[in-house]
Amino acid sequence: MLHLVNKSPYERKTLEACLRRAIPGSAILLYEDAVYAALSGTSVAEAISKATNAFDVYVLAPDLAARGFDPAAVVDGVQTIDYDGFVDLTIAKRNVQSWL
Amino acid sequence: MGDAAETSDAPAKKRFLYVNRKAPHGTVYALEVLEMILVSAMFEQDVHVAFLDDGVFQLRKNQTPAVLEMKDFSKTYRALEDYGIEKIFLEKESMEERGLSSDDFIIPAAVLDRKQMAELMDSMDVVLSA
Repeated sequence: MLHLVNKSPYERKTLEACLRRAIPGSAILLYEDAVYAALSGTSVAEAISKATNAFDVYVLAPDLAARGFDPAAVVDGVQTIDYDGFVDLTIAKRNVQSWL
Repeated sequence: MGDAAETSDAPAKKRFLYVNRKAPHGTVYALEVLEMILVSAMFEQDVHVAFLDDGVFQLRKNQTPAVLEMKDFSKTYRALEDYGIEKIFLEKESMEERGLSSDDFIIPAAVLDRKQMAELMDSMDVVLSA
């Protein structure tokens, strides 16, 4: 399953809601304001780092770049993908859940 | 303070604070407040602008929203100085939670801790926030 998260982890709890329910082995894509969750050196970095042990965690590069961050700024274990990768993930997974 | 009006019928300047608490591109709040600030510059008030919570991301340097085919208004913050708006504040705790330090921002700003930010808000005549 592919889980989509698009809200800032500092403002909303949708990432937390996702992490609590996603089954190990699932894919989680952070995009739009959720890309802030992928950054290292933050108060949420540890939770994301831990999540990479159980899930395939991805972050959308164009949304990172738009907000002024380089792929090098993300937590180790989080994979950076572009729009083509987003499409490939959507096709590869049997179903998709958006945590709006 | 103490800058009394020149004549009795000239309105006194009010202390205005614009509070920015939203990240810049996921919603339209940041751009809307920025436009409001630019308009306010015409009214010659004592304008202050604060960035806290996700609002600190608005001043992040190297933003390239053109990759999303969105307007890059982050450069407009640099123009605030030209409009006489130089009282810009960032909240320290908000920066730290988000892994940001003073050299990550597009314009210089005074860094206040949470208590100082609270006092700044409390000291204002008018507070507008998003």
